[in-house]
Amino acid sequence: MFKNLFLKSTAIFIGLFLFIFLAVPIVQVFYVSFLDQNGHFTFLNFYDFFQSALFIESLYNSFYVASMSVILASFFAIPLAYFTARFNFKGSVLIQSLGFIPLIMPPFVGAVAMKLLFGTNGSVNLMLDQWFGFKIPFMEGLNGVIFVESIHYFPFILINLISSLNNIDRTMEESAQTLGAKGFRLFRRIVLPLSMPGYIAGASLVFLKVFDDLGTPLLLDVNNMLAPQAYLRISSIGINDPMGYVIGVILVLTSVAAVWVAKLALGGKDYSMLQKGGGGMVKRNFLPHQKFFAYSVVFLILFLVLSPHIALALLSFGTVWSFSILPDAFTFSHYKAVFENSVFIKNTMLYCSIAALIDIVLAFFISYIVLRTKFVGRQLLDYIAMSALAIPGLVLGIGYLRTFYSVNLPWNDKPLASWWFMIVIILAVRRLPYALRACNAVLMQISKYLEESAESLGAKKTTIFRKILIPLMTGGLLAGFITSFSTATVELSATIMLVSTETDAPLAYAIYSYMQTAAGRGPGAGFGVIGVLIVTAGTYLSQLIIEKNYKQRGMEAKID
Amino acid sequence: MGSYPVNDPDGFYTGFAAAGYGMMWNTRYLKANKLPAPKEWIDLAKPIYFGHTGMSAPSRSGTTHLTVETLLQGDGFNKGWAKMKNIAGNFKTVTARSFGVPDGVNSGDFGIGIVIDFFGLSSIGSGFPVGFVYPTVTTLVPANIGVIKNAPNSANAKLFIDFLLTPQGQEILLDPKIRRLPVNPKTYSKAPKDFPNPFKDSSIGAAVKFDVLLSKGRYNLVNSLFDVMITYRLDDLRATMSAIYKAEKALGNKNNPKAKKLIADARALVAKLPISEAKANDPDFNKIFKKKRKKAKDISKYAGTRQAEVEADWDKQVVSNYKQAKQKAEQALKSL
Repeated sequence: MFKNLFLKSTAIFIGLFLFIFLAVPIVQVFYVSFLDQNGHFTFLNFYDFFQSALFIESLYNSFYVASMSVILASFFAIPLAYFTARFNFKGSVLIQSLGFIPLIMPPFVGAVAMKLLFGTNGSVNLMLDQWFGFKIPFMEGLNGVIFVESIHYFPFILINLISSLNNIDRTMEESAQTLGAKGFRLFRRIVLPLSMPGYIAGASLVFLKVFDDLGTPLLLDVNNMLAPQAYLRISSIGINDPMGYVIGVILVLTSVAAVWVAKLALGGKDYSMLQKGGGGMVKRNFLPHQKFFAYSVVFLILFLVLSPHIALALLSFGTVWSFSILPDAFTFSHYKAVFENSVFIKNTMLYCSIAALIDIVLAFFISYIVLRTKFVGRQLLDYIAMSALAIPGLVLGIGYLRTFYSVNLPWNDKPLASWWFMIVIILAVRRLPYALRACNAVLMQISKYLEESAESLGAKKTTIFRKILIPLMTGGLLAGFITSFSTATVELSATIMLVSTETDAPLAYAIYSYMQTAAGRGPGAGFGVIGVLIVTAGTYLSQLIIEKNYKQRGMEAKID
Repeated sequence: MGSYPVNDPDGFYTGFAAAGYGMMWNTRYLKANKLPAPKEWIDLAKPIYFGHTGMSAPSRSGTTHLTVETLLQGDGFNKGWAKMKNIAGNFKTVTARSFGVPDGVNSGDFGIGIVIDFFGLSSIGSGFPVGFVYPTVTTLVPANIGVIKNAPNSANAKLFIDFLLTPQGQEILLDPKIRRLPVNPKTYSKAPKDFPNPFKDSSIGAAVKFDVLLSKGRYNLVNSLFDVMITYRLDDLRATMSAIYKAEKALGNKNNPKAKKLIADARALVAKLPISEAKANDPDFNKIFKKKRKKAKDISKYAGTRQAEVEADWDKQVVSNYKQAKQKAEQALKSL
């Protein structure tokens, strides 16, 4: 009886946590958007939104930018995924891992770096102008946002597409080939449709992330989009302006709709294959001219998507970089400033590791409760936790301000919203879906019989957790921890609302504020480089652990 | 200093530095584009600078707000806005952050920026190839410091303020990365050459008698008006100004009264405001723009009017004015 009591109270505790820190702030945003000047219920705020040509234009622009980013990101992701997963391609592992790196840089840092390379007077355009006498407006207006966002988020498509391609049953392709299909027809009729689930999953994620992103348009001075409009309203008119909340509601609804449409696009079709043909499709060899073409395409794409990192590194070592192709000279002095102010790095490490720890503990119990118990409403727990994925960080940040600003801390009478631990909690809530996915995946692969046998031998629930589940899930838990941790380090849109004093600020915020002074560009870039290095190390570590785990599992299967 | 007292007459706060607005430019950029450095605000309205300048929005930066308000008070509400819009027609961008302006000039993204002095001076101090100048019409404002009531550490706070006002404290302001104007006149003897000295150079900030109360009363309204007419409609404004420039260039010294009239009409339409000066200064109307969520009883005259509603209406007028102005300029060009 004890075990059930323990699990039930855990479920209630998690439910309460998600209620207070996810549901209440969101409901607050919805609630305020329906209030008039006297606090009475009204639809007028929404009427005002749709009456304003500016807001309609912003809505349209956000849709346009998000859709175009999906298209451009597909142009980056599809060749990389297809060439490396379908052909014998030297360095495909390296290329696939390099392809993930753009994800681990705050998009606004990417925006600064890209401006130096691709701006009107950035390196590329200065060279073009010198050699050919023309310039290409890569970074002008919405183009710039699309360019930066698609470079930043295309790995979402890449990851999902590669795993989809690797899961295609090779017999499908072989049957098509025996029936005479080859070349582009084979790709169009067999490979493309069968890899659709992965593509759609990635594409919908890109759409929703771009739609919500605040930092990039803000740094590129693009105001006529929804997220910047919400931020500008709240930060220049005040947290009481209803229009900020209305935009928040529209952001949430669109994100939910994007997830729903993606589900709809996949629904009604059967993508399952009868058997798994040993590890995906046969890898083919290139013809010589194809090989040249494929390598050129891959290198061009890699150069493009890694260009923000190249520019950031140059900026962090450069002295003055102004209207010139490269910085005037190079120096280490910016890194001196970085290490003198290592408090930001310490904060980020502290916040993100606590947040990621909260995430895996919550994720472990949620996935256990959902997959192994019959509690009423257990699915709801899963849905609510996953819904954090569709809630824009900005909206959650506004919701936190609104909900927790009027609550004071008992020991110093300061608002709860300005306490550093709230940054940890918002990071944990925002990154919970990643940890939950990882936990769900491993728990699904662990047979129930293991636990049942242990139970029949008299093991208590806690013993089963300790001796069976946790050891078997270590890989998944660690992977979840590191995914949550590394994506939390680059988070800005939610934390920018909650940072109240400089000494509590995490790295992403420090980069943002350093970049606000003439002398701070170099050190800011230095912080960015450090952040990228931390996260790269983390990602690499998690890859190693997953691989090791995978191999171990394979060994055990053979012993069976 | 200007119309703001450096030290609070009641002794609650003290000034430790001063700042004024001006223009900074990237010397490499101007050289590459064969442009002269500007001297006065009105220079920035010249067609040669089309697409080469930038500024922050007053709603995003309090000092930018002061610049706009100074212009409005110096030239009068209607004329001031007309001048502002002529300058804005040349903008490459209106930055969402006040630092976006020096950042853009420093990296060479655009050539000239309207900035507060320490952005320009500290950029020079950090080694960027930039220059800075105060135009005749500028306001010097003091930066103040004070101890909050019931502060947890008021003794140390007082010590800090005292230090800031000592010769050593004031000299820190001259640090190449800070570069604010000290309030102690003697500190300027230690300043680098070319460092502006408002105590000697009486032309800085002397031209306008700044009305603090007038500014305070319409603060949010001016911000909102700027955003509606310029920040969010920059593309429309730019397209219109470009059409006007083309027509004016084609006109040259030709004697074509019809085209002349069309161009004058177009310029008048660009300058046209969606609100009268009297209404903009009306305290009742300004209540709609107050930061606090307004209660109906606070807004007796305009009860139920919402800021978003007013702005949508302004936006409609502004967009239509710019569109008509563009059409007139194009007509003028055709007739030439």
